[in-house]
Amino acid sequence: MSSSSVLYDHPGPRARLRSHVLGVVFAVGLVALLWWIYSKFDAAGQWEARLWTPFTEAKTWTQFILPGLRATLEAAAVGMVLSLAFGLIFAVGRLSEHWWISVPAGAIVEFFRAVPLLLMIFFIFYGVPFLIQGPVPAFWAVVVGLTLYNGSVLAEAFRAGIRSLPGGQSEAAYAIGMRKSQVMRLILMPQAARAMLPIIVSQLVVLLKDTALGYIVAYPELLQRGVNDLAANYGNILAAAMVVAVIYIVINSLLTALAGWLDRRTSTRGTRPAKRPRLFATVDSAPEGGTTATNPQG
Amino acid sequence: MHVFTDPKNFDAYLSGFLWILKLTGASAGLALLLGVLLAAMRVSPVPVLRGVGAAWVNIFRNTPLTLIVLFCYFGLYSTLGLNLADSLDLNNYWLGVVGLSAYTAAFVCEAVRSGVNTVPAGQAEAARAIGLTFTQTLRIVILPQATRSVVAPFGSILIALCKNATIVGTIGVIEASSVMKDLLNENGDAVIPIFLVFAGTFAALLIPTGYLFGWLANRLAVKR
Repeated sequence: MSSSSVLYDHPGPRARLRSHVLGVVFAVGLVALLWWIYSKFDAAGQWEARLWTPFTEAKTWTQFILPGLRATLEAAAVGMVLSLAFGLIFAVGRLSEHWWISVPAGAIVEFFRAVPLLLMIFFIFYGVPFLIQGPVPAFWAVVVGLTLYNGSVLAEAFRAGIRSLPGGQSEAAYAIGMRKSQVMRLILMPQAARAMLPIIVSQLVVLLKDTALGYIVAYPELLQRGVNDLAANYGNILAAAMVVAVIYIVINSLLTALAGWLDRRTSTRGTRPAKRPRLFATVDSAPEGGTTATNPQG
Repeated sequence: MHVFTDPKNFDAYLSGFLWILKLTGASAGLALLLGVLLAAMRVSPVPVLRGVGAAWVNIFRNTPLTLIVLFCYFGLYSTLGLNLADSLDLNNYWLGVVGLSAYTAAFVCEAVRSGVNTVPAGQAEAARAIGLTFTQTLRIVILPQATRSVVAPFGSILIALCKNATIVGTIGVIEASSVMKDLLNENGDAVIPIFLVFAGTFAALLIPTGYLFGWLANRLAVKR
């Protein structure tokens, strides 16, 4: 019993016994379930050595998985930089005092948040070539799609961050004679970015996961190279899918852990109010569910 | 607009969005059920259950949905021979629902868990102090407050689910994005109207849904 929650009494002998019994019962059930899955895979011949030995050969990694991983990280890195820029510009635009800036900026942000990313990627990859009379590389279809969608989500995050700051911040800045652009750049943005850092990082995790949509337009990223092309050579699609899933989970868990660390670091400094006491001690180090759960996609 | 006056294309457009709605509806129900169950496991006093809940959330939240959906098709169906329906279309549809629900349940679980966490500890302490039992505390004091605070996250999860339903097109369900792809390839002279109609339909469905959930969340919020 690691959680020191107020929902339960400190367990007495009977409660301890009961939770031990339940623990054993569920553990047995879990083992049985895992065994059943194992034997199903076994019956389908999925544990045969020929399906798994490719992963011990250097060629598998240097020809398929690592180039795929590189393409994934390239698309994610370019997408992250562009969507941060997009988010900043449209957050400021939406907060503008001129309606002819704030209304279009708001409409664009709302529109791109409501349209599925895949639809945008399809339009850029299959539709835009008709308009520009030339092919669009899959890389740019993925990156531009990621930028428009995640940039819009980030714009809302930045805007919420700026609006959560006390009004005295900008009033004081105007009082000492700063211009509008200075107030935004020197006073509001740095504080908003810090307050919203965990949400920004978890949106970047979403962006990294969304690069997997590149598979659908044949961009040679991790899913395309590591699962599709690898399995075409060795006929081990399930084994390959599991290995690739583990790679995604490790990378994203690292990013999520980073978000959690940033959250703890920023929440202990500055003037942010102390958090309310929580009912349940959280088991993992992940940030509060709300930050990552707000915009699951792809 | 000549593309959509052709009844063949218009029917494809309608059936594409019908698939999206069907995928969203079935997955939303299943994900809600599974997610609440997982959340209950994650806050239970039994360590094994907490571990299973945490493992589920960490695995499914960190894997791309495209990979999960492909795994459902190649793993559950092609390799393990899981047949969920007689016709190929319906089978693919249900495989997609399985993938979408497994993925979305992880987010539902986290929303419910953080919803429970927004209830101040003093509420549970006061309930216990006046002699309510564990189930009474949960039923009368905590859950009514927690359900109100999960309305907003549920709204964003539902919207994301509807958009994610397009990914099921990968395994052969002719949903809206696949229809749009085909129409784009057939009508190179009208790509912008085609995109605007499809994207506009999504926006018309989802932006009001977002405002509705925002309004509900505001209305139901516990003022503290």
